[in-house]
Amino acid sequence: MTWDQMQELMWPATWETLGMVGIAGLATLLVGLPVGLLLVLTDKGGLLQNLPVSRVLGAVVNVGRSIPFVILIVAVIPFTKLVMGTSLGWQAASVPLAIGAIPFFARLVETSVREVDGGLVEALKSMGAGTGTIVRKTLLPEALPSLVASATTTVIALIGYSAMAGTVGGGGLGSLAITYGYLRFETAFMWVIVAEIVVIVTAIQLLGDFAARRLSHRGDYRSPLSFFRSATAKPDATEEDLLSSR
Amino acid sequence: MITTKGLTKVYRSQGREVRALDDVDLHVRQGEVFGVVGTSGAGKSTLIRCVNLLERPTSGTVTVDGVELTALSGSEQRAGRDLRAARQRIGMVFQHFNLLSSRTVQQNVELPLEITGLDRRERRRKAAELLDLVGLADKARSHPSQLSGGQKQRVGIARALAGDPKVLLSDEATSALDPETTRSILELLRELNQQLGLTVLLITHEMDVIKSVCDSAALMRGGKVVESGQLTDLLSDGHSRIARDLFPLGDFGTRDPERTVLEITFQGDAPAQPFVSQLARTYQIDINILGAAVETIAGRLVGRMRVELPGSHTDNVVPIGYLRQQGLQVDVLDPSNGAAA
Repeated sequence: MTWDQMQELMWPATWETLGMVGIAGLATLLVGLPVGLLLVLTDKGGLLQNLPVSRVLGAVVNVGRSIPFVILIVAVIPFTKLVMGTSLGWQAASVPLAIGAIPFFARLVETSVREVDGGLVEALKSMGAGTGTIVRKTLLPEALPSLVASATTTVIALIGYSAMAGTVGGGGLGSLAITYGYLRFETAFMWVIVAEIVVIVTAIQLLGDFAARRLSHRGDYRSPLSFFRSATAKPDATEEDLLSSR
Repeated sequence: MITTKGLTKVYRSQGREVRALDDVDLHVRQGEVFGVVGTSGAGKSTLIRCVNLLERPTSGTVTVDGVELTALSGSEQRAGRDLRAARQRIGMVFQHFNLLSSRTVQQNVELPLEITGLDRRERRRKAAELLDLVGLADKARSHPSQLSGGQKQRVGIARALAGDPKVLLSDEATSALDPETTRSILELLRELNQQLGLTVLLITHEMDVIKSVCDSAALMRGGKVVESGQLTDLLSDGHSRIARDLFPLGDFGTRDPERTVLEITFQGDAPAQPFVSQLARTYQIDINILGAAVETIAGRLVGRMRVELPGSHTDNVVPIGYLRQQGLQVDVLDPSNGAAA
């Protein structure tokens, strides 16, 4: 296989991967953020303490995180068809990707928001702020650097998931690596694709870390997920992310 | 200005009950600095947090500036509009400052004004004015992480004053600060109290804080207020625990029934009289000074002295009468337990 042939296959696959990760990522942020917030607010001692809601939400998130992703893709096919009209192609693959990533991100959001000092919430209360104001003026802005780090981790995990989605008709780089590299014994091509994924993951991690650092004014900010930075140095990092996220 | 009646707070956890506050009656007069002192776990923190209902008392009432807060509607989760409005009129400063790290100093001070819905220009003007008042005008654009502890607390105070409160609550505001910074923060509180007519309720575990800024004080132990009043009154009360703690004269040594130990408290002009030598000369007795301290409390010079006279109490009735005639507060210590008889 020549370099030209490889490139011809790689670029469309790259866009497919970025496309499905992009759509799924956006959906994950939009749904995961409120779910994560609700997990904190409805918990015992929370601003909107509501134990039934908290328990149901927690259970749903746990179940979502327990189902192996390969099975999840197949299990949600009817839903994917309902939303996208088909279960094939990268657009369709973004549906199970989002469903798989939302509980993961929601838990990270929960942890980030919980880290906000309870004294700040108390200070806001003493100023006469209501719950909405406390969330908008304190919880979210104070957790922002950590939320950005969580989003970075989630996007990277999504890239790992996307390789799996690729094997069941989703397209993208993962599918390419398996069909050409593994099944047709083009080992060199497989490693080229893996290298490309490493580059993408590293770029996203660096960008995320940079943003988190810029947003943090605490002066002592270290990404709580900084161990991923060393993990990205290994070629099979995306698979590892996926496993550790389970 | 602040009145609590029968304030009780009971925490229940795993079937056990803890009475953090037990029937607390407190009265803070307008324009005074009132200090609540006690060891940790005495219930001070719960008390101050009940005043603006950050903690909801189990029973009892809290009235601040004529508004009975405990009567306002709303549970802790959905604090009613009235309660939120009332809280805007009560400033609060915290031991750990509780400043938002994501905001600059200026933005931190503007925060309560954003909540009250003041427009942007007014907020800026007011915040600048307050930062000037606490002496931090040049730090407006800094972030809290760039400030020292004392500066952070000044920001905390500026923020607490943003809503033009009549009452300032201070929850161990100086406990995380070094002695010198503590002094400057207390001076600031005193200035604000005098300039703005601000009523201050502060809690502390340090007697020095009471000594340097308070007009009145209450002593808490085991969730109860065991003593409270104006410092000048407490000091002239020989039984006052607070007064005793303000003047730790130590153990008084002798337990000899043939000797009499007196505690003499003087305020205002009294120390100007050389009463010890007058007493010695007039009655031809040898006076042994066991301990003495002079302090400025609530702006007045106050002293306490422990002296020992030869002979039993009955032998010394006349000299004691003489001292009382001079306008001095004299307490005879009971040698058996060291308390004032």
